[in-house]
Amino acid sequence: MWTAGDGPPLVFLHGVAGLPSWPDWLDGFAADHRVVAPVLPGFGESTGLDDLTDFLDLTLYHLDLFDTLGIEQPVIVGHSLGGAIAAEIAAIANTSVSKLVLASPFGLWDDENPAADIFATTEKDTAQLSWADPEGALKRGLYKIPDEVEEKKVAVIDRAKSLSTAGKFLWPIPDKGLRKRIHRISAPTLLIWGDSDKIVPPSYGGLFQDLIAGSRLVTIPDAGHYPMLEQPDAFVAALREFLG
Amino acid sequence: MRFYWFHLMPYQDLPPDFSTKYPSVWVDPPSDLFDPAAGHRMYNEYMDELEFAAEMGFDGVCVNEHHQNAYGLMPSPNIIAASLARSTANCAVVVLGNSIALYNPPIRVAEEFAMLDVISGGRLVAGFPVGSSMDTNYCYGATPATLRDKYDEAHNLIVKAWTESEPFHFNGKYTQLRYVNTWPKPIQKPHPPVWVPGGGSIETWKWVTERDYMYSYLSYSGYKRGEQVLSGFWKTVDELGVERNPYRAGFLQLVAVANSDAEAEELYWPHAKYFYDKCLHIAPKFAEAPGYRTVATIEAGLESQFAAPARDKRKELTWKDLIDGGFVIAGGPSTVRDMLGDVIKRLNVGHLMFLAHFGDMPREKTMYNTEMIAKEILPHLRPMWSEWEDRWYPQGLSQEELRTPAALANGG
Repeated sequence: MWTAGDGPPLVFLHGVAGLPSWPDWLDGFAADHRVVAPVLPGFGESTGLDDLTDFLDLTLYHLDLFDTLGIEQPVIVGHSLGGAIAAEIAAIANTSVSKLVLASPFGLWDDENPAADIFATTEKDTAQLSWADPEGALKRGLYKIPDEVEEKKVAVIDRAKSLSTAGKFLWPIPDKGLRKRIHRISAPTLLIWGDSDKIVPPSYGGLFQDLIAGSRLVTIPDAGHYPMLEQPDAFVAALREFLG
Repeated sequence: MRFYWFHLMPYQDLPPDFSTKYPSVWVDPPSDLFDPAAGHRMYNEYMDELEFAAEMGFDGVCVNEHHQNAYGLMPSPNIIAASLARSTANCAVVVLGNSIALYNPPIRVAEEFAMLDVISGGRLVAGFPVGSSMDTNYCYGATPATLRDKYDEAHNLIVKAWTESEPFHFNGKYTQLRYVNTWPKPIQKPHPPVWVPGGGSIETWKWVTERDYMYSYLSYSGYKRGEQVLSGFWKTVDELGVERNPYRAGFLQLVAVANSDAEAEELYWPHAKYFYDKCLHIAPKFAEAPGYRTVATIEAGLESQFAAPARDKRKELTWKDLIDGGFVIAGGPSTVRDMLGDVIKRLNVGHLMFLAHFGDMPREKTMYNTEMIAKEILPHLRPMWSEWEDRWYPQGLSQEELRTPAALANGG
């Protein structure tokens, strides 16, 4: 779990790639928030996945975590898989969340515009899918291609663990009933999408917006599935404006 | 030593440019490549070939389960096995097997296997594979992270359904049943021999040995990789303090016999090429879902055998590659006898499954190869391991109790 700062709680729930280090784009928010970024069970060194079967388990797990840490009425920012979890928490425990931010979340399904099958994607193609500008992202160090044998082995195992865990909740189609609960979300909600998201296509932004009353949608240019990494300034600005 | 004749039932009429034009033979090959009339011919010829192998004196005929592919046309091996139960008289009917985590509820497998065992007079071998990642995760939508746990639970339910005499309830994580009361029950007691085909997952070795089942490695990458996998298995057997009975293990090998090594190359190379180029043309993205193998197996460095050939595409395959790499054991009778004898000893296996049909091999060649194996190879290898007891071969009804189907009795 990564933590920094003091003030009203802001929880970040990471996506399918896990959270191997403190995300720099959260630095500014730690100045006036207590930022808590848990590593989900099954990712990295985080244990306890065997006891979690579905999104209800994940929701209760996080509510228990908030109680344990003394977190009340947090802002929850969820990305990708973490976005689906954040939406579920905000729908199921709809009076426990002060504000909700969903960045490129999974959780809904549109037959006409299916989300990419991240579980049937080679490592190489994952990079192509993840970024608006894969080469630029590589140059900027947003992802790495491991070259040494040992580094490769670690990367292969880490990727298998992360995607296996994500698959436990999203396999084979990332639609696990959020649609019938999503109307319960009462927290003010901001939706953020990269305009070049090839994993959860931007059309899902409209879908979420239609189903969450009063929600706002911000689309970030030249960003893929990781807008907070590929266009951190625009992402942080949108989040800042929403949090006030 | 026991010998089996294994059919994958590949689709034979894939276009010449298949592996350059289409990304994968499995999961998403366009189904309009399948011509049902050609399929009719293939199924019937393939079943003839299995029946011929039984007549030639193989100890068993083997079928298996795969989905959405041109590699093997048996989504339901039990349908073929039902026919073999009637058309063969003495050999084992080896279903290798049903991917038990995919059946809902899994007692369907207990029921169908019991039917097969009863119809065949107790000649069934019950195979319980986890199933390939393509079949289980991608085609049948099973979640990789829970597949092995679900498999384990399905196994417990099936064995209990076979062995309990009273109705019972089953409150599982994946299956809940208020009344389990399987009719019919198998002839073989406590249940048919269980064989577990494995792809090299290290957990399976322990699981199989602890339950006293038979472990079989169905390798298309030949005996060299087979030796790597089986040495891991035998190490586990040793660690568990269990006897090294060779009948605890089985191995599948592509084998092709002719009058000479040169004739073998001429006869069988085109069909081996079809098998390795087309039938194993699996898109890397489908070779293995994340979570299909456990972290422990990945750390042990055992690659999915479907991932490896998928990566070797840049190089043009030759017959010499296949022979030198041990992928195919082929040649004149003495060559094949010597090599197989050596492989059986090195791998310490009591059950050898022959893949004598592969790729688009036509019926005449398949029959020829089968007859050559039966006459020139089996008698020489048969005495091996005679000092050990095979407790993993079906023990059914006596000859007096067996009913001969009228069609067989009439010489049909």
